[in-house]
Amino acid sequence: MAIRASRRIADVVAFVFATAATAFGLVWLTWILWMTFRQGAAALTPSLFTQMTPPPGSSGGIFNALYGSAVMILLAVVIGTPVGVAAGTYLAEHGRHTRLAAAVSFINDILLSAPSIVIGLFIYELVVRRAGHFSGFAGALSLAIILLPIVVRTTQESLLLIPDTMREAGFALGLPRWRVTRQILYKAAMSAILTGILLGIARIAGETAPLLFTALNNQFWSANLNAPLANLPVVIFQYAMSPYDEWHTLAWAGAFVLTAFVLLLNILVRLIARKGKQG
Amino acid sequence: MNRPFFALPALALLAACGSSGGNEAANSSGAQITGAGSTFVYPVLSAWAADYRNQNGTAVNYQSIGSGGGIAQVEAGTVDFGATDQPLQSDELAKNNLAQFPVIVGGIVPVVNIAGVDAGKLKLTGPILADIYQGKIKNWNDPAIVRLNPGVNLPSAAIAAVHRSDGSGTTFNFTHYLSQVSPAWKAGPGEGKTVNWTGGVGGKGNEGVAGYVKQLPNSLGYVEYAYVVQNKMSYALVQNAAGQFVAPSADSFAAAAGTADWKNAQDFNLVMTNAPGANAYPIAASTFILVPKQPKDKAKSNAVIAFFKYAIEKGQGQATKLDYVPLPADLVKQIEDYISQNVK
Amino acid sequence: MNATAAKILEAPRPKKSGAGADRTFELITSGAAWFVLVLLAGIALSMAWGGRLAFKTFGWRFITSPDWDAVGGHFGALVPIYGTLVTSAIALIIAVPVSIGIALFLTDIAPRWTRGPIAIAIELLAAIPSIIYGMWGLFVFAPFMAAHVEPWLSDHLGGKAVIGPLFSGPPIGIGMLTAGIVLGIMVIPFIAAVAREVFSAVPAPLRESAVALGSTRWEVLRHVTLPYTRSAMIGAIFLGLGRALGETMAVTFVLGNAHDLSASLLMPSNSIAAAIANEFTEADTDLYRSSLIALGFLLFVVTFMVLSIAKLLLLRVNKQMGRTH
Repeated sequence: MAIRASRRIADVVAFVFATAATAFGLVWLTWILWMTFRQGAAALTPSLFTQMTPPPGSSGGIFNALYGSAVMILLAVVIGTPVGVAAGTYLAEHGRHTRLAAAVSFINDILLSAPSIVIGLFIYELVVRRAGHFSGFAGALSLAIILLPIVVRTTQESLLLIPDTMREAGFALGLPRWRVTRQILYKAAMSAILTGILLGIARIAGETAPLLFTALNNQFWSANLNAPLANLPVVIFQYAMSPYDEWHTLAWAGAFVLTAFVLLLNILVRLIARKGKQG
Repeated sequence: MNRPFFALPALALLAACGSSGGNEAANSSGAQITGAGSTFVYPVLSAWAADYRNQNGTAVNYQSIGSGGGIAQVEAGTVDFGATDQPLQSDELAKNNLAQFPVIVGGIVPVVNIAGVDAGKLKLTGPILADIYQGKIKNWNDPAIVRLNPGVNLPSAAIAAVHRSDGSGTTFNFTHYLSQVSPAWKAGPGEGKTVNWTGGVGGKGNEGVAGYVKQLPNSLGYVEYAYVVQNKMSYALVQNAAGQFVAPSADSFAAAAGTADWKNAQDFNLVMTNAPGANAYPIAASTFILVPKQPKDKAKSNAVIAFFKYAIEKGQGQATKLDYVPLPADLVKQIEDYISQNVK
Repeated sequence: MNATAAKILEAPRPKKSGAGADRTFELITSGAAWFVLVLLAGIALSMAWGGRLAFKTFGWRFITSPDWDAVGGHFGALVPIYGTLVTSAIALIIAVPVSIGIALFLTDIAPRWTRGPIAIAIELLAAIPSIIYGMWGLFVFAPFMAAHVEPWLSDHLGGKAVIGPLFSGPPIGIGMLTAGIVLGIMVIPFIAAVAREVFSAVPAPLRESAVALGSTRWEVLRHVTLPYTRSAMIGAIFLGLGRALGETMAVTFVLGNAHDLSASLLMPSNSIAAAIANEFTEADTDLYRSSLIALGFLLFVVTFMVLSIAKLLLLRVNKQMGRTH
């Protein structure tokens, strides 16, 4: 019995639509990446990494911005990772079936998708207002708060993936809980937690909004964390919205560097994950 | 956790906190003073700052965030000086214990992005500008504009009017001028660092407005002339009080500034739009620097004063290169006397 | 009981120092967990506290007033709320069908060897920082819209009844429509990831029995997959909505920063996040600053509610699928 024409048409339409939708998504990806790389590659020169951000009308580089971003990301990782790993450990281990853990897990996932500009406002009220000035330290704090939920989630999930038999084996050997966690579980989950941190770094590297009123920006070289600190995303924002062609070039170059960094991290994460699965 | 994992970031952190000096100039680590405010003055201020840094190593870190932001930051004490194109009244200065003095004069110029219309070819008047920004004139080929520009090929496209989205001294001077020449504007949006704009696009800073006008076809904006020069934008001529269509230039700005009576302006509170004179540019304005009268950090305050002394005494070259008008010698003397009297 | 038996019975118990270290460890980890809760409460409280001046001054009118007058001191959240809602709505209208289509493609249509790479490519859309979307939007996409799409829209649809006002106005390229489209592209990977995961989790017997009864691919999707995954799909949509509401940089570049209530999608407008990003460092009065923080508080509350709904729905789905966490 042949299928009624309208049903076949509906099926073909769905097929075409699904294929078109996927092509749609891939077209945007290609367009965005292609334009970023094309515009950015044209602007790539060694001076990008050796000179500082210039005043309008002259050429320069983005070294101070790269440095500032690197320092704030590093500091954010130093602050956020221990807290995140500890909280994730609680959710997976001590607190596994407690109400506290359920609440924390819930709240953590909300923080994960919360608007980053609200976090910037929070740190502004808490730190910048009190101190009376903008600072790279405040910027790093806001990045740490954005990193935190990612690390918590990854730690929790990767610890939960470890079968309980490993824990029981440790207890059977007479190890106290903290040793079991530290010497057995963390070692087993290390690559997964590491990928979580790397993904978190990829996320905070591109965050602009929270830095707008915490670290602000600095056109000169400065390594002082207690003052406005240059950083890549705010420089890209400022330069892209300006009318100067030299600044536009630098903005595209910065966008290229940022995108390449984030993509490389993502590739690295997948390589580690694959190695982890094989091992 | 594995100890080596944390050693690396900790080392980097220590390294970051330890060093505080610069490395790209031959000068050793100098002082750093922070300022914020007017985007109107930013092109020449950043040129002065670059020269000054080469000269004696002091870094002037200026955030170009608009006059409103500059006033807020210096009143809150989060920067060492503020820059505003709208002078503060004496009572507000007294309330916040601030001293105020001008450093430069420039001009605000309407910029356009119309295919085929070159710089200086389009003629506009204050009332027409007011009507465009109020939405009463919607298209470029409106009879009022066509009448004024017989030879110019004006498209029938809608005008995309770009204004400032931030608190702007440039907006203040521009709207002050519009209030002077258009009663409808005065009764409507009025004057201020920001007004109730109807429609249009909001750009952040002079940079943002210039950026948008460069991007958007058939757009109109108002920016300080240095931005026009630096970005080779197409600008329109404006009719002045004497009825002449004066081209923006250091000379026409100077002609307008020459009519200003600085001697009788308390705390230099003076606005110079719609100046009389055949050659005067109708929308000229100055930028004022705000500094605390009794600064907490004396060294920083001295550094700020030293920088601006350098700017008004020796910065004429950079100013004229960008078509700003440096201050005349007697005004410079008046300012330096004021500073030594007021800033302790 | 002899001595050796007692020793054996005692052996497994941890030493005193072990117990102390264990307690410390538990304190540290539970403290960190509490910290997460305290953090959220802190954010909410500091936003509410910072916005109290605005709420006290304007009351409920804050939400309904379209004014935004920094000089006269009248602030109202209506325009930013409107812009946020409209751009997010456009984003979802684009992202939801596309994501379902992508999920269908990846679970049913694509050859198996292509599924991995294509899925990774779609996920890369989520990895691109939002400021890149913004730059690309301003320099590449907005001119494209202004030159090719918007004139067509205002010419052909601008004059029609009902939807006409939606598409009238000068084609400048930046505005709610462009911002909504860029947001939609950003949100696609989030919804598509969840959709793909739950589509492939539909039990094979369910799908196979539908096919055995003669269903076409579309009918399996419509009558089996979507109803089965309804909670998850709604959760995914709310997740995408939560992201779209809070997105700052992509929108700031292409929305136009105009505090204007306009019916036309081609006109510039403002969103809560873009307004805060653009104006916060220039807010020069306490009331201005408080109004912006109040906007932030509203955004936080709304995204909190949306994301909570999403999380609850997805938790229920996890329970359905037998996951315990």
